[in-house]
Amino acid sequence: MTIIKHELRQNRTAFTVWTASIALLLIVCVFLFPEMKGEMDSVGDLFASMGSFTAAFGMDRLNIGTLIGYYSIECGNILGLGGALFASLLGISALAKEEKDRTAEFLLTHPIPRTRVVAGKLAAILIQITAMNLIILALSLLSVALIGEDIPFKELLLIHGAYVLLQLELACICFGISAFLRRGGSGIGMGLASAAYFLNLVANISENVRFLHWLTPFAYCEGADIIASGALDGGRIAAGTALAIAGVIAACRQYSRKDIR
Amino acid sequence: MTGPPSDLRERNLHMSENVIQTTNLTKYYGKTCGIDQINLTVPRGDFFGFIGPNGAGKSTTIRTLLGLIRPTGGQARIFGLDIADNRKQILSRTGYLPSETAFYPGMRVRDVLRLSAELRGRSCSEAARLRRGQDCPATATLRREYDCSAAARLLCERLWLDPARKVDELSLGNKKKTAIVCALQHDPDLLILDEPTSGLDPLMQREFFEILRERAAKGATIFLSSHILSEIQHNCAHAAIIRGGRIIASGSVTELSRTSARRVSIRGRMDYNALSGVKNLRASPDGADFLYNGDMQTLLAVMAGGDIQDVSITEPDLEEVFLHYYGGHPETSPPERSATEIK
Repeated sequence: MTIIKHELRQNRTAFTVWTASIALLLIVCVFLFPEMKGEMDSVGDLFASMGSFTAAFGMDRLNIGTLIGYYSIECGNILGLGGALFASLLGISALAKEEKDRTAEFLLTHPIPRTRVVAGKLAAILIQITAMNLIILALSLLSVALIGEDIPFKELLLIHGAYVLLQLELACICFGISAFLRRGGSGIGMGLASAAYFLNLVANISENVRFLHWLTPFAYCEGADIIASGALDGGRIAAGTALAIAGVIAACRQYSRKDIR
Repeated sequence: MTGPPSDLRERNLHMSENVIQTTNLTKYYGKTCGIDQINLTVPRGDFFGFIGPNGAGKSTTIRTLLGLIRPTGGQARIFGLDIADNRKQILSRTGYLPSETAFYPGMRVRDVLRLSAELRGRSCSEAARLRRGQDCPATATLRREYDCSAAARLLCERLWLDPARKVDELSLGNKKKTAIVCALQHDPDLLILDEPTSGLDPLMQREFFEILRERAAKGATIFLSSHILSEIQHNCAHAAIIRGGRIIASGSVTELSRTSARRVSIRGRMDYNALSGVKNLRASPDGADFLYNGDMQTLLAVMAGGDIQDVSITEPDLEEVFLHYYGGHPETSPPERSATEIK
């Protein structure tokens, strides 16, 4: 419990800034919808005729003139990219920062097993991701209500739920990598999140590289698929969960036997 | 060695006679040797000095004992417990002062001290509970010392450390003081101190050693790593000298200082080349000064054959003994010797 509290306290500024930024952008995006909706007759055709660009963002399969279509593309991108970057940074810095900032010597000479350090830090990551998403979801629902639109609860919850899973997966993978690093790895974390995002865009464009969907968690966050099927893609989520679990196991194993220099 | 442990520690939790015992403790980083077959024995209640220059393996030994790094060979026991399997039990009774102190950013001194006490969790209060159950006189002072926060307050007062200060804004010395309080506030049975006085002004150094002596008098074992030899000579009962990752000498500080080598200062002229065992020769037109570790009769004979106006032959201090052993090439580590052999 001490480690969880300490981690949350240490990360509170980053948590506040990231949550506020993503929530603010999301709210602004929702508030732009009524204006967009009015111009949708002309804009809709434009968005649907941009070739690869249209396919990359799934706009060929979604009607951007509806709230849920607009939300899943515009707000989904903000939440997807912002959340993924935050989660990756949380995961990659969790263990590595102790050695980078030379605080590992302080922390690990106290009578706590290293597995408890790993568990505490992981719990703090999960708490922050959950809290951030709950705040963003609440503000998002509030802003949809404020613009006078009906709230499509099921679809919205499914989209947000998928992004939570994505963030957890990336955080756990980065957490696993973090145990192997001796210096900060924020570049690796941001790179991994960005690569996963762009991999999904590439996979959306061409049928030939569709298999890339299996390599990126953004694939199961596709609004077009979620809205069409009314459910999340169980297979891809299972693959992502396996990767996340592998990350956590790697972190436990590596950190328990790591030489702290 | 210090006197017999006080009643206070006598009944202490599962004490073994040797608090630290290492057998051929070895650590290699790939092909690079960190420490090689270290054999150390630190009895309970000892004030033990660990001497060596930078990079000799002092910190590697300490970090291995604390479980920060895993040995590649040999064994080590602390409180009679194997370090590989009993890290938690060992650390709950150990206070560690690292050579370089680093704390989490944005925290105040009191937050760091509280965090350290909380990370010790039950072990802190458990030790307090056990101790309060003793037959020893449970005075108010005693009880206060067993309470982490009260002990921390007391230590902060003695070291002139303001608990409200932010750690990011502290000077090197004040950071060191914070680390000292962290290492001492839970009243550990073993204190491992790595270069403890760097950054402390002479006044604070004196107060710090006064606190250590008080802890030692109550039966705590103190393992002090340093390259400041006067620190070891004035405070420690026993010491070991480490060089190139190997222990090259160990024994009581008095024995280590008492070698056959002598500091010889002469005014006048004599034939130094006729002597073997001369080290650190500093010759001037008026005379010379050197460390002599050869046959005394030969020295007297050579001096008698020269033109000497004045002479002084003194026992070298530990610093000179240390330089004497480190005088050679760092790569050529001599084999381990006991203090008796060194004589």
